[in-house]
Amino acid sequence: MPFPSGARGPLGPSRGARWLRPGPGRAGGLLRRSPGPGAVRTPGAGRSGCAASPIRSPAPSFLLRRRAGFAPGTARRRERGAAGTGSAAAGCPGRPPSPCASRRTPMAMEHPAHLAPPGAAAWQEPGQGEQHPGYSTTLRILASMPSRTIGRSRGAIISQYYNRTARLRRQSSRPPLQQLCRAARPSLRQYDLETDPARATLEEKRNLLVKELLSLSPSQRSHMLLTVPLSLAEKRTLRRELSGQTSPPRQHTQHRAPSSPCGWSRGCVILGCRGLWYRLLSLLPAAELWHYSLKQIGGRFGSSVLSYFLFLKTLLMFNIISFLILLVFVVALQAAYPPASPSPPPFTGLELLTGVGSFTHSLLYYGYYSNTTLNDPCASGPNSSTCPLAAPPLPYNMPLAYVFSVGGSFLVTCVLLVYSMSRSFGESYRVGSSAGDLAIKVFCAWDFKVIQRRSVKLQCENICTQLKELLAEQRSRSRTRSLCQRLGHCAVLLLAWALSLGTVLGGVLAVHRVSQHMHTVQQELRARDSGRQPREAVLLVLPLAVSLLNTLLPHLYTLLARWERQDSPAARVYVAICRNLILKMVVLGLLCYQWLSRRVVCSTEECWETCVGQDLYRFMVMDFTFTLLDTLFRELLWRLILEKRLKRKQKPEFDIAQNVLELIYGQTLTWLGALFAPLLPAVQTLKLLLLFYIKKSSLMRNCRAPSTPWQASRMSTIFITLLCFPSFLGAAVFLSYTIWAVQPSETCGPFRGLETIYKSGQTWVQVLEKSNPNITWLTWVQQHLVENSFLLFFMSGVLLAVIYFNVQVVRGQRRIIRLLEEQIANEGEDKIFLIQKLHSVYERRERCA
Amino acid sequence: MGGSASMLPRGALSEYQELTFLSKQEILLAYKRFSALLPKEERVNVCSARVPKSQILTLPELRANPFQHRICHVFSTSEDGDDSMSFEDFLDMLSVFSDSATSDIKSHYAFRIFDFDDDGTLDRKDLEKLVNCLTGQGEESRLSNMEMEQLIQNILEESDIDKDGTINLSEFQHVISRSPDFASSFKIIL
Repeated sequence: MPFPSGARGPLGPSRGARWLRPGPGRAGGLLRRSPGPGAVRTPGAGRSGCAASPIRSPAPSFLLRRRAGFAPGTARRRERGAAGTGSAAAGCPGRPPSPCASRRTPMAMEHPAHLAPPGAAAWQEPGQGEQHPGYSTTLRILASMPSRTIGRSRGAIISQYYNRTARLRRQSSRPPLQQLCRAARPSLRQYDLETDPARATLEEKRNLLVKELLSLSPSQRSHMLLTVPLSLAEKRTLRRELSGQTSPPRQHTQHRAPSSPCGWSRGCVILGCRGLWYRLLSLLPAAELWHYSLKQIGGRFGSSVLSYFLFLKTLLMFNIISFLILLVFVVALQAAYPPASPSPPPFTGLELLTGVGSFTHSLLYYGYYSNTTLNDPCASGPNSSTCPLAAPPLPYNMPLAYVFSVGGSFLVTCVLLVYSMSRSFGESYRVGSSAGDLAIKVFCAWDFKVIQRRSVKLQCENICTQLKELLAEQRSRSRTRSLCQRLGHCAVLLLAWALSLGTVLGGVLAVHRVSQHMHTVQQELRARDSGRQPREAVLLVLPLAVSLLNTLLPHLYTLLARWERQDSPAARVYVAICRNLILKMVVLGLLCYQWLSRRVVCSTEECWETCVGQDLYRFMVMDFTFTLLDTLFRELLWRLILEKRLKRKQKPEFDIAQNVLELIYGQTLTWLGALFAPLLPAVQTLKLLLLFYIKKSSLMRNCRAPSTPWQASRMSTIFITLLCFPSFLGAAVFLSYTIWAVQPSETCGPFRGLETIYKSGQTWVQVLEKSNPNITWLTWVQQHLVENSFLLFFMSGVLLAVIYFNVQVVRGQRRIIRLLEEQIANEGEDKIFLIQKLHSVYERRERCA
Repeated sequence: MGGSASMLPRGALSEYQELTFLSKQEILLAYKRFSALLPKEERVNVCSARVPKSQILTLPELRANPFQHRICHVFSTSEDGDDSMSFEDFLDMLSVFSDSATSDIKSHYAFRIFDFDDDGTLDRKDLEKLVNCLTGQGEESRLSNMEMEQLIQNILEESDIDKDGTINLSEFQHVISRSPDFASSFKIIL
């Protein structure tokens, strides 16, 4: 294409042209300078003369409008404006250059050169910079592009939803073509309304949308209506039009119109049920636990602190569920048929801490439960198989109930855990999400829940510091550290890790020593036959030592982290979590080993399961006590010191990671002990309830929100993963090992006299087979599926294959997303290129004229 | 709640329930809060009355919010542009900010709240205003010019997929979809 001598050559997208800034009334971002290489020269062309009349008006209303409130009047005006530009875009190219091309719009005069950004004048040729006659027209075309109108214009929203509805309907069932109304025929469906807005006024668009909606199923229709981002009044009109039009076509297109009285009454019942259901649903939020407290916390501290309390609530739910299962199937029944037991020693109060004494022979522990069939009148012998199984109408075999309810509660927990984990994974990790911290930070930073003035101010400050930090970090990333500095940093990191692992090792050795020592002390006490209380008090030493270790070492880690000076705050949090987790898991691993091998603890007890249960109970109570003390010292006292002594107005921060890890630790203890003390979930439930109120009041009085950035949902994903992986999985492995490989005690508990707990299930299957030959398949299942290791290998192989396929699918999707992004960028450049061409053509014509 | 609840017609209640993300109870609570904003003599026909913007902004949920004017502006259907709100506008706002609203609709309205000049795209000026709202009005808490320039540059690089110098709705929603925290923080609980 020949270009005028003054103008430059073909304006390819690669040329560093620039946006121009428009006339005064328009605060146009589009026209401001975009510094990238793909930036663009202002589109100045547009055959204004060809356009419909509204375009000649000096400043089209919809461009200059400062607001886009969807009041009908203004909206209609905007529609008309858009229609005008649309026809300008669509109608002109086909026509020959008409004389009207020379008719200038008054807008052309309005473009002052001085408003252009600094670099814009660089490319403007002399004599050309002053006037850009078609400028506003192109701008209007740009501004009425579908991608831009959708964010502001009601008509555009309607037509987008029209298209979406059409697509939805096309995906779902496709009724025969004759039944479709006119608007839904393929030719029309393909037809994008936005490309020719001239023909579709707001009314028509609405009618089209109504027609489209009518062809959807009622549930889809109401969902669509719910999710249209229109004002309520608009939605109501749509709904009224819909309901006005539903009835007539319904009758002749036979849908399910209930005509018989039976159908009518069924409809009534359905309606009534739905009303009842709605009423129940509307009651639900009121019944939601801690609704107001959670709102209060969110309103003052934002989502990050709220995530701790939500996690606590999740744990509470898990515990209540396992408690209910165990209560219904094991504890309540055992309480109804109490076994003969020695009269318990008097209650002293120390039991609450130690869990021994009068608690030993109670429903709390494994040893209390009987190994008989509960409602069997002749079940007095030690072995339930002495009685014919068919004698009671519904024999309730306690050992089986015990093992199945514990297993069942674990299974339910596992399902819930995996479900919530997968959901939160789906939410927080999107496929193809690339880096983009700053945009997310700016767009998603504001927590609208925060309503207190002081908290709002704090939030502002936090966001400001975070942004400044991120920017500074980005600037410093270009500056690389010297080799010496890097080596120094590496050395510090190595040393810090060595120190933390060393302390873990030291702590574990100390725990081992303490447990051995306490064991000998206890045996001495027992040999000397000293009083009950000192003997019980000695039991508390080991939990005390472990809790002390668990409380003090994290503080050491905090100091280490301060010394390390990690670059990113996220890395700091992860490292702290990692170290704490290693410590807790190693200590628990050692204890589990001691309990199961029975070398040190519980080696001399008659009923080692009860002893382990008591140990776990003590650990839990001690952990709770230390959490309380920690709250008191770290939060309350520290606040008082800060306020009174140091005269600082700052309050201590609420350490979310530390607190969540404490919760996870407590939950692990509960899961470990579920087999040995079936009421442990109840104890944990109580503990969590108390903890909620204590933490909440401490938070309200003593703490402020954390100032470090905290990606709440990603963190809760990590926490729920931690709860699943080391904690739940570890407990499950521990229990499975106990059930399959460890011999239960000889004289107590539901599994006395058996080789392993698993054997009880086996004998039950055999008894069942003997009593009823019809269910030999159960034996077969048990022999071939449960005891055969091939199935295990096969299943894990299948699982691995599925995981592998999924990974591959995700990788493929990522590649496609990258390609699509590239394509979008190309399209954008093409768009810019076309606009430039349009502009230059206009300029050329301008010159010829 | 009984007195005020009985004034809201049953049919309207179920219609609102169908068209918004709010539960029945939330609608009744909203009705109560809204009628409390009206002067005594206007409380007879709450559904047709309009509450002026200044009165809406006295709500504790909006009082301290830096985007309060934008929120009023986006949800108001007032024809004379004074950003006053009717009960339906108020419900609309609560519905978008409610727990059960989809992330899609939340991000649509977030875009309109952040689009300060109402031109359908987020340009540099909008972004600058947005950042200033986020960092507060204090002189010391503002970003310097250079920082602001760098920040806006980065935001555009990250989110302007089609490289036209502004962020349109779908690009905005693209960014939002990568942040799971958005749906939980874009919430106002009455």
